[in-house]
Amino acid sequence: MQKSFIAQNPSVLWFLASLGLFTLIVTILSEATGVGLISTSFVKTLGKVLCLCLIAIAMDVIWGYCGILSLGHFAFFGIGGYAVGMWLMYERTENIVLQSLAERSIPPTPDEVTEAIATQIFGVVGSSEFPAIWAFSHSLTLQLFMVILVPGILALVFGWLAFRSRVAGVYLSILTQAMTLALSLYLFQNASGLRGNNGLSGLQNIPGYEAVPQSVISIAFFWASAMALALGYVLFARVLTGKMGSVIRAIRDDEARVRFLGYHVESYKLFVFTLTAVVSGIAGALYYPQAGIINPAEIAPIASIYLAVWVAIGGRGRLYGAVIGTAFVSLLSSWFTGGGAPNVNLSFYTIQWTEWWLVLLGVSFVAVTLFFPGGIGALFDRFKKERS
Amino acid sequence: MSTLLELSGVSVSFDGFKAINNLAFQIGEPEMRAIIGPNGAGKTTFMDIITGKTKPDEGRVIWGEKNINLIGKSESHIAREGIGRKFQKPTVFEAQTVRENLAMALKNPRGPFDVLFYKKSANGAARIEALAEQINLTEQLPRIAGELSHGQKQWLEIGMLLAQDPRLLLVDEPAAGMSPFEREKTTEILVEAAKTRAVVVVEHDMEFVRRLNCKVTVLHEGSVLAEGSLDHVTQNPEVIDVYLGR
Repeated sequence: MQKSFIAQNPSVLWFLASLGLFTLIVTILSEATGVGLISTSFVKTLGKVLCLCLIAIAMDVIWGYCGILSLGHFAFFGIGGYAVGMWLMYERTENIVLQSLAERSIPPTPDEVTEAIATQIFGVVGSSEFPAIWAFSHSLTLQLFMVILVPGILALVFGWLAFRSRVAGVYLSILTQAMTLALSLYLFQNASGLRGNNGLSGLQNIPGYEAVPQSVISIAFFWASAMALALGYVLFARVLTGKMGSVIRAIRDDEARVRFLGYHVESYKLFVFTLTAVVSGIAGALYYPQAGIINPAEIAPIASIYLAVWVAIGGRGRLYGAVIGTAFVSLLSSWFTGGGAPNVNLSFYTIQWTEWWLVLLGVSFVAVTLFFPGGIGALFDRFKKERS
Repeated sequence: MSTLLELSGVSVSFDGFKAINNLAFQIGEPEMRAIIGPNGAGKTTFMDIITGKTKPDEGRVIWGEKNINLIGKSESHIAREGIGRKFQKPTVFEAQTVRENLAMALKNPRGPFDVLFYKKSANGAARIEALAEQINLTEQLPRIAGELSHGQKQWLEIGMLLAQDPRLLLVDEPAAGMSPFEREKTTEILVEAAKTRAVVVVEHDMEFVRRLNCKVTVLHEGSVLAEGSLDHVTQNPEVIDVYLGR
């Protein structure tokens, strides 16, 4: 009677196997092993794509399964990035400052050291003091806690206020957009204490591993991202299996009816919202050391809209669909916008893909929504049906 | 038979229109009760008030031995107290199987973490089988609920109601759109349920009400116009005037 988790979700095994194989192949072909068929910068791109896939499956859970179109999940992603970035930046600057001060004849006092670090970091915004929110930046452990805690608490408070007032549908989407926009605008200010529009930079340099070449560091982060995606996938598949999944999908289809069955719908929404926010924060914390820089533009509303587009094209309501959609669209996007696609000369007009890519993306989004609501993932469903 | 639910002096108005006007109503346990009344008499609003969907402007809704006031409690809380509701239009979760629909309704702890770590038990499975038997859907258990016929969906919804094991069932037009055979089966299920619980059936169809063979409450303009056996109320001149005579 009681089927095992894997037996109920054969797709999880398929996904994990494919992800493992992919990770292995990329590692072997990377510059870290000396083969060098895949450049270090492309390994970083692939690692970043894996992080985007992780936030995409979170988006699929909240939108595709629970029916809440959140257009603010990139706020949590950004917060995760900032939390890890603060430690990276503090620690690296401290190492540099200590090195340069060590050459002086009189040993520096701790106050001098702190001020020198602060000047290094906040010089660009005309400050030489640490803002209060940097209180824990010296500790990696504490900042890693922040990666989970800050998105979690923000989601809990925001979700509690929104769901309790029965804000739903398009109104909730607008509210989440407002949240990420407000956060982004706040961070743009120098007074926010996170270097305003400069953001945090140099995040690709990992303190303590200066001697390790980037080719190896990129593989380490690539593996960490793959691992996080695998764990996230299993976690969400577990949540969506059995009765919990049943209730979550039921809330999507008819939440009033679920209430009359005795389920406190708001608690369930809050659970899903907070869980996906925390996973998004973790994805961001792995993404930005690979990107090297984070600034407030990253959490502008458009980022979260892209997220919804990826999930829609990949196919809502299927975790693997979100992964496929994200990998496909974001890689294609970097090919088009990176000048990889040849321009089309129509004699009277030249289509430059760097500009026209967004139009193409927009049109495909509309087409998928109208004609293939199942997205790319639906192709797999057909295959599954034919086999059984 | 003790009183299970008592409404007194309940009024509610929408934009000046008094949907329920100083309504008083009582039901015991076990008991079967039919509610009839013309369109706009306040039958649906009456159910909305009991289940917490609509907050009345005034009045009291008292429940159970502990005399709990239900006004101001959330829909889910009231459902957990033991009040189940079946809607006019069959509302089952069409994307899920019959078994999943029933499993969701089964009486179990309802918190997110209780549900997340819920383990299927042989007991629960047996209960689902028994319910499916009762509502004639044993063969359909693995099917997607959206594929069922209209009547089967109605039964599934009644089955979900029974799975909740409520003390009071509120059933809105259960026989609408059913074939004669399906009506008969539905009557059977409801009569059986009323042996151990309180059942309130809102119905337009007099023939169906006659078959339930129970006390009838006639609603008109938001308050009770008459109460008694079907023969008694149908001979009441006021009732004939507002409802049956038309």
